[in-house]
Amino acid sequence: MEVVIDQEKCIAAGQCVAAAPEVFDQRDEDGVVVLLKDSPDPADKAGVRNAARACPAQAIEVHG
Amino acid sequence: MTHSLVPDPADASAAPFFPMDRAPGCPFDPPPPLREAAKHHPVSRVRIWDGSTPWIITGNAEQKALLSDPRVSVNDRLPGFPHWHAGMAAISVHRPDSVFNTDPPVHTRFRRMMTAPFTFKRVNGMRAVVQQMTDDLIDQMLAGPKPADLVEALALPLPTLMISHILGVPYEDRDFFKENAAAGMKRDATGEDAMAGYRREAEYLTGLVRRRAAEPEDDVISDLAKRVNDGEISASEASSMGQGLLIAGHETSANMIALGTLALLEHPDQLAILQAADDPKVVANAVEELLRYLTIIHGGQRRIATADIEIAGQTIRAGEGIIIELASADRDPRTFPDPDVLDLHRPALDHHAFGYGLHQCIGQQLARVELQVVFGTLYRRIPTLRLATTIEEVQFKSDGLSYGVYSLPVTW
Repeated sequence: MEVVIDQEKCIAAGQCVAAAPEVFDQRDEDGVVVLLKDSPDPADKAGVRNAARACPAQAIEVHG
Repeated sequence: MTHSLVPDPADASAAPFFPMDRAPGCPFDPPPPLREAAKHHPVSRVRIWDGSTPWIITGNAEQKALLSDPRVSVNDRLPGFPHWHAGMAAISVHRPDSVFNTDPPVHTRFRRMMTAPFTFKRVNGMRAVVQQMTDDLIDQMLAGPKPADLVEALALPLPTLMISHILGVPYEDRDFFKENAAAGMKRDATGEDAMAGYRREAEYLTGLVRRRAAEPEDDVISDLAKRVNDGEISASEASSMGQGLLIAGHETSANMIALGTLALLEHPDQLAILQAADDPKVVANAVEELLRYLTIIHGGQRRIATADIEIAGQTIRAGEGIIIELASADRDPRTFPDPDVLDLHRPALDHHAFGYGLHQCIGQQLARVELQVVFGTLYRRIPTLRLATTIEEVQFKSDGLSYGVYSLPVTW
């Protein structure tokens, strides 16, 4: 599974961190999303899918 | 007399007036004509205060689509923008640019100046502080007379303390903000009321920005003051941002705490779930469901189309107003089965209580922490909490931007 984020679109809502804190974080200066792992483990899969669905800016894509 | 929707939802000549009243005895449900719209016509028209007939969007999926669409603008200076009331129409030309009235790329720059303190990790790091404040306020309420007013004792002070702390506004000035915020948010606010209140707040915040520019502290106002010093934003833009955060940051959470308590007292089987909940995930889900069920931002989020948009079999033309009626989307049966049932275990993350899209609430994670702490604590600390009145006697804030109750007499 591969995760792609679009930092231009991100509005720092933080729902991705809530859904999958091992995969997503927010940068200090403005809360914009950063990836902690771009190829998450199978254990992270559900959380990552929830994060993509919850993102209000549709800034997260999940492949595979 | 009920207003029912006509077969052609796009027919402007027969559009019902918006906003309309909730049904008597159903204080938690959106008004019946909007319920009908959500079921059959997720995109229809209403008539508003100035005689115009903007589109109203009541479907959950349709709201997500439009709130993600770059042809939908928040620029309230554009002709044809469907303002909430005469007061907002009067203010709009005087307000500086901010997150409230700009689209990307200007919006992006402003938003990113405000988001650092409200990240998931930052606010969850404050959870112990919120817990301590909540416990202290409950102690004080329990030590005081019965009945107590839950609004005055807990619902209003908790979020006010937290947002004042984060912003750096002295807590002793909170009454000033409460009065001003209330005046500008009434449904029938006149141009003069709103302008006067707005100016008083703007002056206070501009003064505070200046003080913090000279003597910075570790808070949001000091950060905004530094950006003014660096020439990134003007003093009036900083003041406007501070104002937005302050207003948004206390009345909304206060309304959720009080209204949520009332809803739970009216649904004792659901209250029991919270009282028994040891798992924070259960409390967190309960908070999402209460957010969905109550969706307190009920005046309709206002937008304008900047190009033609095809949606749900209708064509929204460039220049036409759009009202995003959040509560209806949160009772959309296509998204939430049995939507009118309060069910603290149901998956509720598709709700729009915080909006959706680029302008989704900046304070949402702070709101979640406050509500998780309060709903996870209050009913366990006071298991015999009950209304000291009847629901028929409770006065609801039907005329503000944010729904809630003026006071909630409780005993135990």
